[in-house]
Amino acid sequence: MTLAPALLERVTRVAELLATPLVPADYLDVFAPLRAGADLRARVVAVQPETRDAATIVLRPGADWAGHVPGQYVRIGVDVDGVRQWRAYSLTHGPRPDGHISVTVKAVADGTVSPYLVHRLEPGSLVHLEQAAGDFVLPAPGTAEAPTKLLLLTAGSGITPVIGMLRNLHPVTDSGVLDLARRRAAGYDLVVLHLAPSAPDSIFARDLATLAEAGAIRLISRYDDEHGVFDLADLTALVPDLAERATLACGPGGLLEALAAHHEEAGLPLSVEQFRPTTVVAGEGGEVRFTSTDTVVEAGGAQSLLEAGESAGVLMPSGCRMGVCFGCVVPLRSGAVRDLRNGALTTAVPGETGPDGIPVQTCVSAAAGPCEIDV
Amino acid sequence: MTVITKQPVSPIAHLTPEDIEQIGVELDAIRQEVLDSRGAADAAYIRKVVDTQRKLELGSRAVLLVSVLPPAWILGTIGLSIAKILENMEIGHNVMHGQWDWMRDPKIHSTTWEWDNASPAEGWKHSHNELHHTYTNIIGKDNDLGYGIMRVDEDQRWHPMHLGQPLWNFINACFFEYGIAAYDLELGRNLAIPKEKRSEDFKRRARNTLAKIRKQATKDYVVHPLLSAPTGSLLPTLAANFTANLVRNVWSHSVIMCGHFPEGVETFEKKAIPANETRGQWYVRQMLGSANISGSKAMHVMTGNLSHQIEHHLFPDLPSNRYAEVAPKVRALFEKYDLNYHTAPLPQQVYSAWHRVVRLSLPNGWLATTNATNLPSQLKLLYAMSTKGAKVRRAAQARLEQTERRQAAAERAAA
Repeated sequence: MTLAPALLERVTRVAELLATPLVPADYLDVFAPLRAGADLRARVVAVQPETRDAATIVLRPGADWAGHVPGQYVRIGVDVDGVRQWRAYSLTHGPRPDGHISVTVKAVADGTVSPYLVHRLEPGSLVHLEQAAGDFVLPAPGTAEAPTKLLLLTAGSGITPVIGMLRNLHPVTDSGVLDLARRRAAGYDLVVLHLAPSAPDSIFARDLATLAEAGAIRLISRYDDEHGVFDLADLTALVPDLAERATLACGPGGLLEALAAHHEEAGLPLSVEQFRPTTVVAGEGGEVRFTSTDTVVEAGGAQSLLEAGESAGVLMPSGCRMGVCFGCVVPLRSGAVRDLRNGALTTAVPGETGPDGIPVQTCVSAAAGPCEIDV
Repeated sequence: MTVITKQPVSPIAHLTPEDIEQIGVELDAIRQEVLDSRGAADAAYIRKVVDTQRKLELGSRAVLLVSVLPPAWILGTIGLSIAKILENMEIGHNVMHGQWDWMRDPKIHSTTWEWDNASPAEGWKHSHNELHHTYTNIIGKDNDLGYGIMRVDEDQRWHPMHLGQPLWNFINACFFEYGIAAYDLELGRNLAIPKEKRSEDFKRRARNTLAKIRKQATKDYVVHPLLSAPTGSLLPTLAANFTANLVRNVWSHSVIMCGHFPEGVETFEKKAIPANETRGQWYVRQMLGSANISGSKAMHVMTGNLSHQIEHHLFPDLPSNRYAEVAPKVRALFEKYDLNYHTAPLPQQVYSAWHRVVRLSLPNGWLATTNATNLPSQLKLLYAMSTKGAKVRRAAQARLEQTERRQAAAERAAA
């Protein structure tokens, strides 16, 4: 038994000698991109249209996919117009017997990634993945810390992680309808309060309605155009047994902050997930933070990041100083920079763009708002 | 060729400073057009080339496992040579230029790429991207001009040791990757420094280079031949790998010589470059300091699109697959401003570059004033210049130049 690992190690060593200056994985990726040990990727199995501008993307993840808990999200990297873009999406299927995972995406009108996923993604193509993440999950039932009586409060697209949880309890069958056979699965007592500007035409809203009709959940929908803007003061009236329930909420930051204050005052348990990521507003110049030394400088809109860093005593890699040699490339962790040659903007949003930031040429880039540079 | 500032009529004398800045504006516009349309098709192109190269390399190496059979040896060697050329030229060189950084794919990125060459990516990127591309064709600043071992310009004083430069150039071609590694390290300059005074940075880079060379040699000359041993193909595989490296070296050396060395490509004087050279001035220097190779699509790919050397020097970070479409626009700009767009087929450019190497290995004017009848006396003169002191050399040089001037005057009169 001890022979096998030693032998494997020796084979690996020889393979490395053969592959230099590349690594064996570079060759294996040509033939088996989803094998164990490869960077995590997934094959697109199907793109199922849900509504006019939403689709469920079914993925077969690579061998190293560690699985997920309903409610978690996954970061997906896709090449849109040749450029690798990373976005986080809630996993909308409970773990399935066939090992596939899925995300449901609504195309944002002027978005980059979501319209691509909904309208242009081809089955059979490869996407990049990270392992599932997120603490916003359905608590295991019956424990003291995780009561079975829950209020699931969702606003707008904040519905998606909750759908992930509900679909785990009531899986979607092959024909796309909810399997209601496992009614009141695992003894949960669920109230779902869904807020939206108006009654949405979405697969998720229909799922909620189906579950409510079957008695699996108690659904309260509040639409601004129908019921007026939701007021937290009404919460107790809508959910009379609120005091017995733990609340899981997902929606925009403002609502969550108000909810946190409300629940703290009332001494109620709350678990939240903010859904809309921070957006970057590009301007002229801004505060630049160099992360390794935690140096902060105020850089002008016409000054290169390289000059800004050097003038603040940061040890910046540099080269030709004219955008030719790529000797000064470092990752932009967050914020926006503008190419001094043609004004093109590059923005990095942690958790949304690449896990290692976006490499930028500091000698021809200027701050376009506050930004963080990894150097 | 003489640095442009010392020529009787500079090829850019007719350009006003406004012209030069306007050239910059127009070239920037051409660059922007490509940036605006850069996308999925370009990404698909480089991925296809990488995919093809890896399959070709694996296939060729597999065939070489039985290279004791002559057809297998020939097939495998040709395949491996092409794979190695693609890897160095169309992939390695261009990826390390940052041409594909815009894809944000960490696997095809200038900061992560390592190539199948003796010189590590780090050192090469410094000497090539930073020095060669910034100081293109500036005598004394750009090591790509003669790699510090050759006389590349009339203005460099001739010395008898230059007689050997056709031979050095040939040897450099055969072992080009090691030549590149040596000049990326600035080996000549650094070895001249006493051992204890050499910089830590040099020592570190030298260690990295030696480690890289050891890995490269282990792969091609130990492990792959050993894998072929069971079929009795150890030596044939070794020979095949050596041949493939040789072919790749000679090919890349030829292509690179064609880029900056043919007769008619301009060189520049260090002191004539303004300290704050404008973008327009830099563009014009790139325009005059490079030469193209005309030919088929396959030839362009095999040169890593360095056959579009002029376009590459103007836009070193544009994806190489786009140079071909940019070329006619660039050429039109040359014509508009009455500049010489230097392009010719490969054999012609290789001949021209070698002609220059040979011509400059001899004293100025010697080749031009030599004909069949005066050959014995000219050889005697060359012998004297090579063996006697500097004084004799100076006198003979003056005589040669005088003869050349008279000859030129006579030709003008005849015309």
